[in-house]
Amino acid sequence: MALDPVIAFTEVTKSFGSIDALDPIGLTIRKGEFVSLVGPSGCGKSTVLRLGSGLIEPTEGTVSRTSDNVGYIFQEPTLMPWRTVEQNVTFLGELDGLGRQEARRRADEVLSLVGLEEFRDHYPLALSGGMKMRTSIARSLLLDPDLFLFDEPFGALDQISRARLNAELCALFSERRFAALFVTHSVDEAVFLASRLLVMSKRPGRLVAEFEIPYEFPRQPEIRYEPEFAVLAGQVAAALAEAS
Amino acid sequence: MSNRTGETTNASRAGPARIRELLGVAIPPALVALAIILLWYGITFFVLEPDRRFLLPPPHGVIEEGILDGEVLAEIMGGLYRTAMVAGLGLLIGFALGFSMALVMSQAKWIERSLYPWAVVCQTVPILALVPLLGFWFGFGLMSRVTVCVIIALFPIVINSLTGLQGADPRLHDLLTLHNAGRWTRALKLQVPAARPLIFTGLRTSAGLSVIGAIVGDFFFGRGQPGLGILLDRYSRRLRSEELLAAVIAACLLGVVAFWIFGVIGRRAVGHWDPSWADERNKDT
Repeated sequence: MALDPVIAFTEVTKSFGSIDALDPIGLTIRKGEFVSLVGPSGCGKSTVLRLGSGLIEPTEGTVSRTSDNVGYIFQEPTLMPWRTVEQNVTFLGELDGLGRQEARRRADEVLSLVGLEEFRDHYPLALSGGMKMRTSIARSLLLDPDLFLFDEPFGALDQISRARLNAELCALFSERRFAALFVTHSVDEAVFLASRLLVMSKRPGRLVAEFEIPYEFPRQPEIRYEPEFAVLAGQVAAALAEAS
Repeated sequence: MSNRTGETTNASRAGPARIRELLGVAIPPALVALAIILLWYGITFFVLEPDRRFLLPPPHGVIEEGILDGEVLAEIMGGLYRTAMVAGLGLLIGFALGFSMALVMSQAKWIERSLYPWAVVCQTVPILALVPLLGFWFGFGLMSRVTVCVIIALFPIVINSLTGLQGADPRLHDLLTLHNAGRWTRALKLQVPAARPLIFTGLRTSAGLSVIGAIVGDFFFGRGQPGLGILLDRYSRRLRSEELLAAVIAACLLGVVAFWIFGVIGRRAVGHWDPSWADERNKDT
């Protein structure tokens, strides 16, 4: 699937004062590619995402994107508690001048996509962790981004919600085929979602291993229990252990 | 979810249960009030010698001479009204000024550093020391009284608003940055809405303070149509203790009502999403 690159990191380093957070990193993500990034805590995974989004600039090297339409999913749902689910979802439409009618129409669509139509008038206070995260994803989906950056979004959820959201995200990706960079601590989650998986070393972060995940999209949750999946996950875990 | 279940239980609950719940809220403070009245009678009739009883006349005396006497009641009500107007006006100006200050301070660190010490000065200045100066500058009328209220109400509004405006989730700030939001959009869509719970906290505190300011100002600028401060001064000079106590009670009520009004407004405005305001709503209704 040799489609256009959506984002390319070329020889990118980042230092914060005297601390080198990243060794030179080279990484290209194409449309329709789901790249998982695993690494030990504090290795600079979030820094890669912040660089990718343009929130921070690299110290050396370049980050180039072919689209400015980027969805950023934070560690926490990061909703506005004073807005209802629907108002949270239309928020980025307001910022980008989408027009009220169009924003509402798209909100209908993405809310049904994440299964929250019935909760559109609820405030985040009344939602479970999984529902809040769905709202957060719906908020980004409104603008149909070409690139999604995920900063360990399901880390705070219980195992059951997490598995469900993994399956939902996988289905969403299978349908929309954006480009995605997904940071996580969970090897299992990383393998399940990714078309390509990268392992990062401890600080200063460096990409030390790369795996192609051969499963076709859409994927069924049951693949997690197949022997090949376990072998792959085992290899990733070994690479991660070596990198830590 | 908690809201929804709360509503259904309220709706399905029978009337008597609701009444029992209200009584549970009302009875304990009522018992305290009863105890205070009994203590009051005890002091009036068993502690004070008859010739010194004027120091603390019995509650029914205060009611008879301070409330049931139409002339005195009209005087106190008039004073209450004028004091409430001064306090309200002072709070309004204090809010406009304090919130604007906080908004400007939240936009740049150097502005915050420049203005913060002066907000603290407002808080620490002994207001009585300023009273003669204010009288000297603005005369002894409405202007000076309102100014006292503004000075005294300003600090809690500035500090609470500023804390709220600066307290918005940094990741939401990132989100706005990613979408190229300008300063104005950021303030309007993120900082001000996020600050509302604390703004109402500040308003509630300042409402009570503004009432105090109005009475103090009145007390010292004692000219023109009398507010509660002037009445307090006048009654105490004339040793009219029943009227004095009635005026004191009116002043207390004004403070409580001011606090209560902003509690209700705050709960209505942000209680449905802010946990710190929502709790009180569940307690009261």
